[in-house]
Amino acid sequence: MADWYTSFANSGVGTTITEQLGLPRPVELRRYEPGEPLLPGPVVVGSAGAGRLRDAVTTVLRDAGVTVQSPVTADGGTDGEKLGAVVLDATGLTGPGDLAAAHDFLAPAIKRLRASGRVLVLADPPSDAGSPAQAAARQAVDGLVRSIAKELRAGSTANAIHVPEGAEGSLASPLRFFLSGRSAYVDGQLLTLSAADVPTGEDDAKPLAGKVAVVTGAARGIGAAIAEVMARDGAHVVAVDIPAAGDKLARVANEIGGTALQLDITAEDAPQRLVEHLTERHGGADVVVHNAGITRDKLLVNMDAARWNTVMAVNLQAQLDITQALLDTDGALKPDARVVCVSSQSGIAGNRGQTNYAASKAGVIGMVRAWAPHFAERGATINAVAPGFIITEMTAKMPFGTREIGSRINSLQQGGLPVDVAETIAWLSQPGSAGVNGQTVRVCGQSLLGA
Amino acid sequence: MATQNPATRKAAIVGGNRIPFARSNSAYAQASNQDMLTATLDGLVARFGLQGESVGEVVAGAVLKHARDYNLTREAVLGSKLAPTTPAYDVQQACGTGLEAAVLVANKIALGQIEAGIAGGVDTTSDAPLAVSDDLRRVLISLNSAKTMGDRLKALARIRPGQLVPDMPRNAEPRTGLAMGDHAAITAEEWQIGREEQDELAARSHQNMAAAYDRGFFDDLVTPFLGLTRDNNLRPDSSVEKLAKLKPVFGTGDGATMTAGNSTPLTDGASAVLLASDEWAAAKGLPVLAHLVDAQTAAVDYVHGGEGLLMAPVYAVPVLLARNGLSLQDFDFYEIHEAFASTVLATMKAWDDPAFCKEKLGLDAPLGAIDRAKLNVHGSSLAAGHPFAATGGRIVASLAKTLHEAGPGKRGLISICAAGGQGVVAILES
Ligand SMILES: NC(=O)c1ccc[n+]([C@@H]2O[C@H](COP(=O)([O-])OP(=O)(O)OC[C@H]3O[C@@H](n4cnc5c(N)ncnc54)[C@H](O)[C@@H]3O)[C@@H](O)[C@H]2O)c1
Repeated sequence: MADWYTSFANSGVGTTITEQLGLPRPVELRRYEPGEPLLPGPVVVGSAGAGRLRDAVTTVLRDAGVTVQSPVTADGGTDGEKLGAVVLDATGLTGPGDLAAAHDFLAPAIKRLRASGRVLVLADPPSDAGSPAQAAARQAVDGLVRSIAKELRAGSTANAIHVPEGAEGSLASPLRFFLSGRSAYVDGQLLTLSAADVPTGEDDAKPLAGKVAVVTGAARGIGAAIAEVMARDGAHVVAVDIPAAGDKLARVANEIGGTALQLDITAEDAPQRLVEHLTERHGGADVVVHNAGITRDKLLVNMDAARWNTVMAVNLQAQLDITQALLDTDGALKPDARVVCVSSQSGIAGNRGQTNYAASKAGVIGMVRAWAPHFAERGATINAVAPGFIITEMTAKMPFGTREIGSRINSLQQGGLPVDVAETIAWLSQPGSAGVNGQTVRVCGQSLLGA
Repeated sequence: MATQNPATRKAAIVGGNRIPFARSNSAYAQASNQDMLTATLDGLVARFGLQGESVGEVVAGAVLKHARDYNLTREAVLGSKLAPTTPAYDVQQACGTGLEAAVLVANKIALGQIEAGIAGGVDTTSDAPLAVSDDLRRVLISLNSAKTMGDRLKALARIRPGQLVPDMPRNAEPRTGLAMGDHAAITAEEWQIGREEQDELAARSHQNMAAAYDRGFFDDLVTPFLGLTRDNNLRPDSSVEKLAKLKPVFGTGDGATMTAGNSTPLTDGASAVLLASDEWAAAKGLPVLAHLVDAQTAAVDYVHGGEGLLMAPVYAVPVLLARNGLSLQDFDFYEIHEAFASTVLATMKAWDDPAFCKEKLGLDAPLGAIDRAKLNVHGSSLAAGHPFAATGGRIVASLAKTLHEAGPGKRGLISICAAGGQGVVAILES
C-alpha cells in the first residue's frame, strides 16, 4: 500500500541510490493490525517535574501488555533491547530549570528507539499556568516536541498531550492511540484533554461493537477507508454518498456488512431524510463522520459564485445543518455520540487557489470548537480531523511534480494513506475518547504547511 | 368484502432497487441478464443490509432468455452478496413477470411459508438469445450423435447456406405474426384513441419522472450501473409539440397514431423488490412501505375472440375490485403500465364505457373514470423504458414508496398488460 517512492527507497537498488544521493529515505510506517501488540518493543517512562501521571501511564501500558522499563542512563544503561516508545511525564514543571531533566531522560532513550517508534510527552496546558515561569516551561514543551518530531527518522513520531488538572481520567485512550500503529501519520501534534466521564470495559479488538456509525462521502477515497475501519472495529456503518456514486457505495457497504444510503447531503431535505433514516432504521446514531468534501480550485479573483457556493455547501453548511438536525431530533443522536468532522491542512495553512476550500475547512475547525461545550453536557464529543497530503484518487490526478513535493514536505517524508485518517477518526469515535472534545487533530506527518 | 383466510397475513413491501433502464444497444449493450440481475440484487442487499442473509426465496425471471440461463435467478443469487443458501426460482409471464413474481413471493409470505423474499425481473434486448433455424438444429443434433467420422461428414454435408441465417428474436405474437405495436394500433383504432391524447400522456410521463428524479424520489429506489445514473430514455424536456413531430410507426392510414414517442422502446434493465412479514421487517428495523393486499390475473382471446391483445387487465380489475369490495374510484394512485400510451387510454376508456362494461365485463354499471391526477404520478414506462420482466418490480417499489409518502391507509392499483393476451393487476395499501 506504500507509494512508489517509499517502495523504491526500500528496495535493494533504491536503498543504495537514495543513500548515495542523500535523497529522503521514507520507511513503510508501522500501521495498526488487529491482534498485533500495541507496541513492537518495551516502553521507558521518565519524568521531568513533579510528575503526577507516571503511575497512571504505567497502569495503562501494563494493561495493554506493554513492558515498562526504567529510565535509560546517558551511558547506554539497562539492557540492549530497542525501545518501542519513550514517554515523558512533564506535568508539574515549575520553571525552565526543570526542563533539563527532560533532556537528560530523552536523549539516551531516543537513541535506542526502534523504527516507527513513539515519543510522547505529557504536560500541563500553558494556559492555566500559575506563573510566567511555569507558563514558559509548559510552552517550552511544545517547541521541544515539535523539534524532536523533525529529528526522528525511520517512521518514528513525537507528539504531546496536554492533561489539565482533573482530566487525568481521560488519558488512557489517547495514550494508547499515540503509541499504537493507528497514529502512524500523526506527528508533531499537541492534543488537549478535558475532564469527562470515561466509560470503561471497552473491547480493545472491537471498540465500536454495537455502534451505528454514519459516514458521508463513503463511496471512495478516505470515506471508504473510514467505513472499512469503523466496520473492522465493530460498528454498523451507514454509508452515505450522492446517488450518482451509488454503485460504488453499494460495493463498499456490501464489503463491510453495512448499509448504503444514497443522499446528496446538500439537498434541502437531506438533514430530515438522514434523521428519519437513522431513527426508523437504527434507533439513532452513535457516531457521525462528516467526511464528504469537494474542491473547486481557482484563484479568488477568477472564482465564480458557483465554485464558491458549492464548496461551502458541501464542506461546511451541510455539516452544520445535519449536525443541528440530529441534535434537534430526540433519538436521532445517542446522548454519548461522537461527531467527527473532516477539515483539511488547507484550512489551517491556507492554499493558493483554494480560498473557498480553505475557508470551508477552517470553518469546520471553528464549528467543532464552538459546539464542544454543548456536546460535553450530554456526554458527547465533536472533533475535527485535518488530513495533510493523503494519497487518493484525487491526488493521483495531480501533476507529478506537485504531487511528489506535496507528499514529501513533511517529517515522515511521504504521503499518508486514507487508512491513517480513518484510524484517527475511528479512535475519536471510541467511547473511551470521551475526554477529547473540540479538538482538531492533524493527520499530516508533521507537514511543513501551517505548522 | 374479501373472505380472507384468517391464517393468512398481508405481505409487506419493504423497498426496492433497480438499475437505471437503458435503451437497447446503449449503456448495457455488453451486459447479460445475469450481470444486471446480480447488480440489482447487490444494490438491494446494500440498501437493506442483507449481506450473508438467507431470505426465504428469490423469485425473478426474464422474457428473453438464453438457454444457458435456465437457472438465471439462482445463478444471480450465487453471484450476489446474499447467502448462497438462499433458494431461488425463475418465472416467466411476459411483461407480467415482475408483478407476478411479487405476487408469488407475497403469497408465500401470506401463508407463512417464508418470512421474507425478493421478487424481481430482468431483460435485455441487446444481449438477446439468437436461435438457429429448426433445419440447422436437426443437422447439428445428428452431428452430435454421429459415431464415426464418416457419419459426421455426412451430417455436415446436409448444411445449406440458408440454414445458417439465425432466427432473430422478434417482438411479435407467434399466433398472429403481428408485432405488439400492430396489435395495440388495432385496439387504438377500435377505441378511437387520438394522437394528441397519446402524446399528452407520453409527455406527462417524462415530466413526472424527471420531476421525481429531481426531488430525490428515486434516491432509494435506483442504484447506478455501468456509468448510467438515470434512465437514458428519459426526456425531461419532452412536450406535446415535440412528440407531435414524430411519424407513426404502427397502424395504417389516418388511424396511424402510434409513434416511437408514445410507444415504449426496447429496453435493458432489472429490478427487485424486498417483501417480508411485518414481524421480519420490525425485527430488522426495516420500514414497511405498503402491503400487497390482493392480485388477479386474466387472459383474453385475442386470436379468435375479437379482444385486443393488451386488454386483459381491463377484465382482471373488476374481478379484483369485486373481491375486495372496492370501486375503481377507491384508489389514491393508479399505476397503469404504459406499454403504449394508447393502451393506457383504451384501458381507461373501456372501464368508462357502459356498453363494454355490460357486454364484455358483465357489469350493471361502468367502472367509471379515474382521476388523471392520480395516474402514474412518478412517470411510467414511456419515460423509463420497459425491460419487459423488470417493469413490474419498478412499479411495485415506486407505488409502495408513493403510498408510504402519502401516509397510512392510502391505496394504489397496479395494472400491467402482457404478451399472449394476459394481464396482471394488484392492490397495494399503505
Ligand atoms: N485526499 C486528501 O489529500 C485530503 C486532504 C485533506 C482533506 N481531505 C478531505 O477528506 C475528505 C475526503 O476526501 P477524499 O480525498 O476521499 O475525496 P474523494 O473525492 O475521493 O471522496 C469524496 C466523496 O464525497 C462524496 N461527496 C461529494 N459531495 C457530496 C454530497 N453533496 N453528498 C454526499 N456525498 C458527497 C463524493 O461523491 C466522494 O465519494 C474531504 O472532506 C476532503 O476535503 C482530503
